[in-house]
Amino acid sequence: MTASPETPAQGETGQKIRVLIAKPGLDGHDRGAKIVARALRDGGCEVIYTGIRQTPQMIAEAALQEDVDVVGLSILSGAHLELFPRIVEELRSRGLDDVVLFCGGIIPEEDTDALEAMGFSAIFRPGTNTRDIVSFVYDNASSE
Amino acid sequence: MPSQSKEEWLEGTYRKAVERNPERAESFRTTGETVLDPVYTPEDATANGDLGFPGEYPFTRGVQPTMYRGRLWTMRQYAGFGTAEESNERYRYLLDQGQTGLSVAFDLPTQIGYDSDDSMAMGEVGKVGVAIDSIDDMRTLFKEIPLDRVTTSMTINGTAAVLLGLYIAVGKEQGVPLEKLGGTVQNDILKEYITRGTWIYPPTPSMRLITDVFSFCSESVPRWNTISISGYHMREAGCTAAQEIAFTLANGIAYVDAAVSAGLDVDAFAGRLSFFFACHNNLLEEVCKFRAARRLWATIMKERFEARSPRSMMMRFHTQTGGATLTAQQPENNIVRTTLQALAAVLGGTQSLHTNSMDEALSLPTEKAVQIALRTQQVIGFESGVGDVIDPLGGSWYIESMTDRLEGEARDYLKTIEDLGGAPTALEQGFQQREIQEASYRYQREIEEKDRVIVGVNDFTVSGEEPPELLRVDPSIGRRQVERLQALRAERDNDAADAAIAALEEGARGTDNLVPLIVAAVEARATLGEISHALRRAWGEYREIVVV
Repeated sequence: MTASPETPAQGETGQKIRVLIAKPGLDGHDRGAKIVARALRDGGCEVIYTGIRQTPQMIAEAALQEDVDVVGLSILSGAHLELFPRIVEELRSRGLDDVVLFCGGIIPEEDTDALEAMGFSAIFRPGTNTRDIVSFVYDNASSE
Repeated sequence: MPSQSKEEWLEGTYRKAVERNPERAESFRTTGETVLDPVYTPEDATANGDLGFPGEYPFTRGVQPTMYRGRLWTMRQYAGFGTAEESNERYRYLLDQGQTGLSVAFDLPTQIGYDSDDSMAMGEVGKVGVAIDSIDDMRTLFKEIPLDRVTTSMTINGTAAVLLGLYIAVGKEQGVPLEKLGGTVQNDILKEYITRGTWIYPPTPSMRLITDVFSFCSESVPRWNTISISGYHMREAGCTAAQEIAFTLANGIAYVDAAVSAGLDVDAFAGRLSFFFACHNNLLEEVCKFRAARRLWATIMKERFEARSPRSMMMRFHTQTGGATLTAQQPENNIVRTTLQALAAVLGGTQSLHTNSMDEALSLPTEKAVQIALRTQQVIGFESGVGDVIDPLGGSWYIESMTDRLEGEARDYLKTIEDLGGAPTALEQGFQQREIQEASYRYQREIEEKDRVIVGVNDFTVSGEEPPELLRVDPSIGRRQVERLQALRAERDNDAADAAIAALEEGARGTDNLVPLIVAAVEARATLGEISHALRRAWGEYREIVVV
């Protein structure tokens, strides 16, 4: 691991890595999303957290407006296989093809292939150490 | 008389031992950062005078005079998924297995006031609970379950009045008089704004809808618990035991204030207020939490609200074991965690209990996992003997000292919230949200620093675990639910439904009690989404206060 939460995360340009943490759908479980947002911020990223009840359009629009490098989606309601493809579609339709995608929450193992095919580079499940998420963001967003 | 004081022992024998062999940790703390003494003595138990007896004010030792000697707690497993048919099947299975009350989980569109065919419901129909769009679904949900013979708890908040209306309407169809209907609606919107997130309308009209339910039920559905003031979700979001007591009771105070301001007599409704707490892993602290909460609420009702009926002062509560304590790793270990938590709830005097299933960190529970969870309660109830004596831990120096301590910490928080203008104002400033997040982040850091061991997660891990068999909600459920809605709209008398919706919207702009108007609307086969949209038109929608 090259990164630790104490060193600022910087992209190629020397700017802070910009991360959008979003809660799609109607799911209100935001404990994990907020912890991840805070861990990334403590790790030196610029983090934008959307709040709950975000539609695919709202998330893609926020990603565009905030010019983010990374989008992390948190979902515990089981609606990921329906909502995530729509979010990816909305991101692409705004030209955001290079944004690094990751997700977390209650996501069954058997959905891994489908999510990877959609373009998700990592899935963080219950019990994840936030250091691994910070490292993931460094390794993927800064190496582009 | 002891030959030496606690101080003398600490300075003498204890200190020498620690100097020789340091303890496992530099300090031992509660969830609220209170540093524990190595031992407790009669010198620490200060409030024994306030203990009283079971069934008597201030109810520290329990709300009923006989507690579980009279009847065990109600074993009430929260369940629901997919369609009304599937959930009805699960309920009848649970009743067959010896469960004694129903607890309905609704899907998110139902909780947030969207019909299954609303674009906002995409992907969510039937996922975290059952989808209920209309009286047709509700009738199916309780098929062959006589509503005068079971009590039903419904986890429903923003749309609580609608689900109560539907329950009443189905009860009427079954020929059950209103006074025989028993159950609970959660109906606790303040904690939705703080953490759970199924809010719809802004606080003021939401509070009016809640007091309309209080008022309607006090006159017409006397056995109905009109609210379940919930600490559970705040605890799950990461707060400490003391915060759980304080934030819950602060919300409770706000509801009583609102009802009194609406002109209700405190003793007319306060006896139907109920509570809902989590039970996490610190067994003894949790027992104390329940005892402290009970005593504090009794005091508040008597001293602040001048209730006269003892029933108004009794904190009756439901407990659910801690979902956030379950681990996805080595899920069988969750059976043990749940057992300890359930035991604490029973030692703390709960009125009803839900035990989580071992696989719930992974998905909705399978039937097998639910059966083990229910059996856990039955083993505690029928085999362990802990229910044979009331408040068996009462009088332990540690238990009494910690009960006092938690009550004191909760009082301090209540004072802070009061100074901010009460729970609704404090949450609009993000106070409770910030406190919860601080505690949650601290807990996470402790796990990551290994200051706190979670068995199977940051210690005692195994690799290459076989994923267990999981329950998967049938993906066709959304489509089937939409077809039912289309059929309903084609069949029903649309003029009658529209007229009932218009009357409700007008009522929402005025001051009439809305519950009868909602019952009329559901009986005209208006849908939950149509009813909720009428109220949205009248009242607008809440906007989340995002605190990170």
